[in-house]
Amino acid sequence: MAKKLPAKDVVLVGFGWTAAILGQELTDAGLDVLAIERGAWRDTSTDFAVTFAQDELRYMWRRALFEEPARETVTFRNAPNQEALPMRHLGSFLPATGVGGAGVHWNGQTWRFLPTDFVARSHNEQRYGPLPADMTVQDWGITYDELEPHYDRFEYLCGISGKAGNLKGQLQPGGNPFEGPRSRDYPNPPLDMVYGPTLFEAAAKATGHKPFPCPAANMSRAYTNPLGVEMGPCTYCGFCEKFGCGNNSKASPQTTVLPVLMRKDNFELRTECEVLRVNFDAAAKRATGVIYIDAQGEEFEQPAEMVIMCAYALHNPRLLLLSGIGMPYDPKTGQGAVGKNYAYQITSGVDVFFDDKILNPFVGAGALGVGIDDYNGDNFDHSGLGFIGGGYLACWDTNARPIEHHPTPEGTPKWGGAWKKAVAKNYLTTASISTHGAVMSHRNNYLDLDPTYRDIYGRPLMRMTFDFTDNEHKMSDYLTDRATDIAKAMNAREVHAKKRTGHYSIVPYQTTHNTGGAIMGADPKTSVVNKYLQSWDLHNLFVLGACAFPQNAGYNPTGTVAALAYHTAAAIKTQYLKNPGFLVQA
Amino acid sequence: MMKIFSPFGAAGLAVAGLLASGSAQAVDSSFSNIRHGKELVDAGDCVSCHTQQDGGKKFAGGRAVETPFGTIYSPNITPDPETGIGGWSDAQFYQAMHHGIRPDGKRLYPAFPYPYFTKLTRDDVSAIRAYLNTVPAVKSPPRAANLTWPLNHRVFMRGWNMLFFTPGTFKPDPNKSAEWNRGAYLVEGAGHCGACHTPKNFLGADKTSQALAGGAIQDWFAPKISGDLHDGTGAWSVDDIVAYLKTGRNKFSGATGLMAEVVANSTSKLSDADLHAIATYVKTMKPEKNPPPAPPQARMDDPKMKAGAAVFADSCSACHGGDGKGTPGLFPPLAGNANVQQHDPATVIRVILDGARTVATDAKPTTSAMPAYNWKLKDDEIAAVASYVRNAWGNHAPPVDPGQVKAMRENLREDHASGS
Repeated sequence: MAKKLPAKDVVLVGFGWTAAILGQELTDAGLDVLAIERGAWRDTSTDFAVTFAQDELRYMWRRALFEEPARETVTFRNAPNQEALPMRHLGSFLPATGVGGAGVHWNGQTWRFLPTDFVARSHNEQRYGPLPADMTVQDWGITYDELEPHYDRFEYLCGISGKAGNLKGQLQPGGNPFEGPRSRDYPNPPLDMVYGPTLFEAAAKATGHKPFPCPAANMSRAYTNPLGVEMGPCTYCGFCEKFGCGNNSKASPQTTVLPVLMRKDNFELRTECEVLRVNFDAAAKRATGVIYIDAQGEEFEQPAEMVIMCAYALHNPRLLLLSGIGMPYDPKTGQGAVGKNYAYQITSGVDVFFDDKILNPFVGAGALGVGIDDYNGDNFDHSGLGFIGGGYLACWDTNARPIEHHPTPEGTPKWGGAWKKAVAKNYLTTASISTHGAVMSHRNNYLDLDPTYRDIYGRPLMRMTFDFTDNEHKMSDYLTDRATDIAKAMNAREVHAKKRTGHYSIVPYQTTHNTGGAIMGADPKTSVVNKYLQSWDLHNLFVLGACAFPQNAGYNPTGTVAALAYHTAAAIKTQYLKNPGFLVQA
Repeated sequence: MMKIFSPFGAAGLAVAGLLASGSAQAVDSSFSNIRHGKELVDAGDCVSCHTQQDGGKKFAGGRAVETPFGTIYSPNITPDPETGIGGWSDAQFYQAMHHGIRPDGKRLYPAFPYPYFTKLTRDDVSAIRAYLNTVPAVKSPPRAANLTWPLNHRVFMRGWNMLFFTPGTFKPDPNKSAEWNRGAYLVEGAGHCGACHTPKNFLGADKTSQALAGGAIQDWFAPKISGDLHDGTGAWSVDDIVAYLKTGRNKFSGATGLMAEVVANSTSKLSDADLHAIATYVKTMKPEKNPPPAPPQARMDDPKMKAGAAVFADSCSACHGGDGKGTPGLFPPLAGNANVQQHDPATVIRVILDGARTVATDAKPTTSAMPAYNWKLKDDEIAAVASYVRNAWGNHAPPVDPGQVKAMRENLREDHASGS
């Protein structure tokens, strides 16, 4: 029997980016807020000190900052007619655990989605005709213009380094001309560009593209954010993704919000406590709180006036299913919405081998690079191409870490003397162009509870059913070909394109950009939450994060996840608290 | 004559007048007097020493205060009549503050800084008492001190007082501004800045001729804060000092170690006017009358300096910058840094060995920190890099010997083992 605790105004489930934002905003509104985080407390100066933070073996290969599959994982299959098996080692994606969530170990690539991304179905159907029957793409129920002020808040919170391409409708030279109009420039100038990306930039220009410095949550200079939290200039050490930053140079909850939030009397954090389920009242109209279990194995009931799910994109839909909130999605009938439209991203790369150019790729930062957006979203005419959507191409210089980074030309043996020679020859002289493609949602790509396998607490694991479709492969091949065109214009010794082929595999790392499962929309029959990420079923339950994306765009998701979180916070503060109830009438 | 310094500035004169008209013997428990007392208790940072670390009840005492002569445990100053000071009369309280003598006639040890508190006016001491009467009473018996001979005999303090202690209320200097006098009153009185920042003689008494010239304390070196340009506050403007005391941070430095506690519990709570007065006074403090000759700057082609430069490039430059300019406000500049150039290198060695963490305040919520290098760098490497930062970029200070690093390493190990 769970021990019942005194009630709180708000319970945040999980304590990463979205919880930090909601915690800060709602404590400002005077609410008494509790965050419950399954992982441990982590603090920049203690846990990511520069004396040990750059430890590739510990953090990258031994997975120090990530979810432990022994505690919780997913089962996986490509298609509904297969039997799903548990992922016993992390592979394709790396969900985080602990305070700050994946906001601790991300690279800092901070994009806005395109205005047309938010109306993916209506826009594409209007331009290209009806979409295939099994492509369950939906409009988001929110527009870019509605989100713009919230993107802006996150960019200023984080001190994003970048160059505006569209200021209030006026195109800006040097920026991304395809981006939606922004109300003001980035708070910091772009990072100092390193050699490899400048070669890409020149080749992209020469081939008629419009390159720009990618927006980065790595500081190009010292910055004090609107909360008064100070950040230091990036040292280009090349240990961002999969690592915490010890120089206060990469935006994370720890480096932007927590110094202020943790000082507040009306905020409380309980770590190493896992929320097992959300409770609701007999009428199934209101959430009444959560049940959680602590590290000693003791269960508690925490009543609350509002419950806000801020766990990772894969965990929020699972918590809904485990709590019995909303109707689970059924791919046979298309009925139900919880678990629907799980999506991912499709990536590929082109290696560019030089003989005469020393690129020093170890001088890196998580979002240090030059990109082009010419082939993202609907920035180009898809007529006759057989797919919708797209992605950006970028030449990043994120790292050249010694265990991970061994670029070798095609035909090189995988080990032995010849391999060693090839690594030595190419380590300093190889650039890479990556493609970052969208995944459109499909009827048979979804999440539900596994009938067989259970987590450490005895709850069913989430079952992931996912594969790339023709749309993704055609699009990714198209992007890879365009990247190859540019690579060839870089006048290198050798160009090696690595297309993504065949079925999706959960084994090799690709990207931690899992989306969908608790999607937002305008219709309660086809979505789980409304445009404010408020549950259509329980009006005091909000479900944040990339699980709300109806399909995935060709960008890293964090900027949009955070903008949606600020949008939710504003709606709670200005509308919900005055008149608690459904903010959108079904 | 009107007082030329005042606890509240102009508004405070009315309060002082009110007090003067009341009885000198009974505690004035008016709201204004209690509030005034709280401001003095904040200025005196009483709570830091009189509260056990890690969740002790406020003012209930029991905190170990390390001295060169052993450990003293702070007493309970809550109003509990048995274990606190609730049974003391106002006159007895004044006797303790002004003369360092307990109600039972025994002498207090100057770890309780009565040589400073003696400067407080009778009215101010009464206000402090009035405030302490309002804090929750806690039953917490005092713990006996653990001192070495001869200080383990309280009677010894009679002689110590004869040699080193002159009771007497602060006398304003009519030739100085009201603000300067207010600053002097706070620094020399309630603030007891010299308790750490003034060097001590072999019996632990202030070397008054070297007021605020820096002092060794608990394996730190509290830096010189008189107005010297090289290693004092000479390069800091009054506003820089105010920012440091108010927020724990300015473009030169961040408060860490014992000073972090002082900022959090004391100076960040003082009024801007009082902080301005403190800064005004401190900056006019004369540099030492006979300062030791400035050490020659070490040559950068010296092998030790080269070794130090190499360690610096590898381990320090990411935050402090290759040019030693740091990121002001977050990672302190080392070039021109007075703290780095103290003649006693204890703080430099300690911070490299043990790391340091700056205080977070509402105005400056970001904690910046230096990681510990005790597990990563050897004594000779730390000596080299410490010597380097003390002499690079135009800095000059005596080089550091590996033996000093070794000794500090051992001291810190003992400190950590004993939980301090």
